[in-house]
Amino acid sequence: MQIIRNRLMVNHIPRFGFKYMSDSTFLNEEHLQIQKAALDFSKEKMLPYSAEWDKKHHFPKDVLRELAAMGFSTIYVKQESGGVGLDRLTASVIFEALSYGDVTTTAYLTIQNMCAYMVDQFGNEEQKKTWIPRFGTFDAFASYCLTEPNSGSDSKNMKTFAKKDGNDYVINGSKCFISGGSVSDVYLLMCKTSEKDVSCIIVEKGTPGLSFGKLEDKMGWNASPTSMVLFDNVRVPQSNLLGKEGNGFKMAMSALDGGRINIASCSLGGASFAFDLSKDYLHDRKQFGQPLASFQGLQFKFADMATNLVTSRLIVRQAAQMIDNNHPDKTLYSAMAKRYATDSCFNVANEALQLHGGYGYLSEYQIERIVRDLRVHQILEGTNEIMKVIISRNLLK
Amino acid sequence: MKVLVAVKRVVDSGIKVRVKPDGIDLQGVKMTINPFCEIAVEEAVRLKEKKLIAEIVAITIGPKQGAESLRHALALGADKAIHVTTDARIDQAVQPLDIANILAKIVERDNYNLVLMGKQSIDDDFNQTGQMLAGLLDWPQATFASNIQISDGIAQVIREIDGGLQTVKFKLPGVITCDLRLNQPRFASVPNIMKAKSKPLETIPLEKLGKLHNSIQITKTEAPAIRKGGAIVENVDVLLQKLRNEAKLF
Repeated sequence: MQIIRNRLMVNHIPRFGFKYMSDSTFLNEEHLQIQKAALDFSKEKMLPYSAEWDKKHHFPKDVLRELAAMGFSTIYVKQESGGVGLDRLTASVIFEALSYGDVTTTAYLTIQNMCAYMVDQFGNEEQKKTWIPRFGTFDAFASYCLTEPNSGSDSKNMKTFAKKDGNDYVINGSKCFISGGSVSDVYLLMCKTSEKDVSCIIVEKGTPGLSFGKLEDKMGWNASPTSMVLFDNVRVPQSNLLGKEGNGFKMAMSALDGGRINIASCSLGGASFAFDLSKDYLHDRKQFGQPLASFQGLQFKFADMATNLVTSRLIVRQAAQMIDNNHPDKTLYSAMAKRYATDSCFNVANEALQLHGGYGYLSEYQIERIVRDLRVHQILEGTNEIMKVIISRNLLK
Repeated sequence: MKVLVAVKRVVDSGIKVRVKPDGIDLQGVKMTINPFCEIAVEEAVRLKEKKLIAEIVAITIGPKQGAESLRHALALGADKAIHVTTDARIDQAVQPLDIANILAKIVERDNYNLVLMGKQSIDDDFNQTGQMLAGLLDWPQATFASNIQISDGIAQVIREIDGGLQTVKFKLPGVITCDLRLNQPRFASVPNIMKAKSKPLETIPLEKLGKLHNSIQITKTEAPAIRKGGAIVENVDVLLQKLRNEAKLF
């Protein structure tokens, strides 16, 4: 039996560039330079450890701090506030490159970026000074709390409530599926402050009444801790309100388009890795006296994978550019990009698994981890079904 | 102390090279900074961090895309860059003696105390430029450096040579070429990439500094022969016969 085990997959790290597919459409020289920096880091500091982090459910705080030192944790926070001040397209390129090495950690990094962005956009000077430098170094880990046990897609129907009491808010309720839950230092909580008003309040870990559920056991994203976040008469000063009362939804909306590009970009990197592994496998593996690459059925499958990957990349980058240019259709395109890229990239990874035959099912070959990690991208940051609601609503109004 | 670091833009070591009759196909091929040159830049930056040198200037010779390697050097920590522009093929027509002559002119123009470069470039593997430059300037040289110490104007370099390690010492100014184990270059962080954009980059057309003589001509470029399978022979006589008649060993 021809076994390919001695092709040390983990050490087979090409030094520069995505190994086989790296179009530079939409990218200028600065983007390419930054992409190279991110890819080099990803391949050296993340890819060799990704399998271990997944297996051990290890949250690599030290690597996240190194990512912060590279400038990757406050990518689109304004320079005046202490961030790097780059655009969404650069962020997409960075996340795509980093998720080539590890999807889960990169996805968590996008959350940190989003929380920093929200403080930068809507916080007052005091809040910006307090939090952005700490987010920028990963001195403080941030989480975003929106989903509740009874309100996922129907987020407006959330029940967590912050009631005014003197100069404080007293918060009661629960959030679930929170990435970074129990580990993060800071929680950006979206909650109701009146029957109709949704607001964003900053809650620090250690505040009395704030507790966490057990760490969830998930299909993938194992390197990222996920838990419920529980509020039992949690008292915070009203100065922890981010922006104005009732502006929570507008804030969430402004963060959402970018968040969708971010998660779609994470899908791109993971799929790219599965794709690169597949190309090598098709050449190396022989059956019936020929390499798999000579069988038309598999050639067609591979052609579809390539097309899916490239078209996903194109629509994600286009949507990112539209956000940067504040194009009137940015929400429409972001929804399309998220829906299309997350679905297509999952399919690329899934087909890659099939191409690898029995080996695809073994964790040693890494493909199955990519499949497990990418599966959730079709669900969070707005389910792909909700994306279709947004797209059709946008076009049919 | 001022350091000049010479960098070259070469074909990326990871890609599959396509051979055309007139040389390697450079069309659309991924190019990057020569790994040994990157090590030289990193060493210069480390020396600056140790406060042993005050200014790092990176220089390259090549077409306008060559500026990418300069910007990479600036992002790693160089202070200034010089781009000597030419449209000649950098993997064929820009040859060691010509490069050394041009670098010598810059060294004399700007008064450097030290020149750092990679030991060789991975496209032509000449391993000559540093040595020739030292000769032209009449400066001491230490090649294949795996360790560099500088103090009180004296450079002490450990060289990796065939027999092992050799330590040499010389009074600066001098030329040092860098080998693989000297250091591991840092990642260029995004803030540094952005800072690099505003660092000074001087452009000089090559004709102002020298000429390309093309004294070495490339007569043929071919890909290595595809590995053929071996054969199992029945006895030593057949082996000897094959070695003489087919492998033409004796």
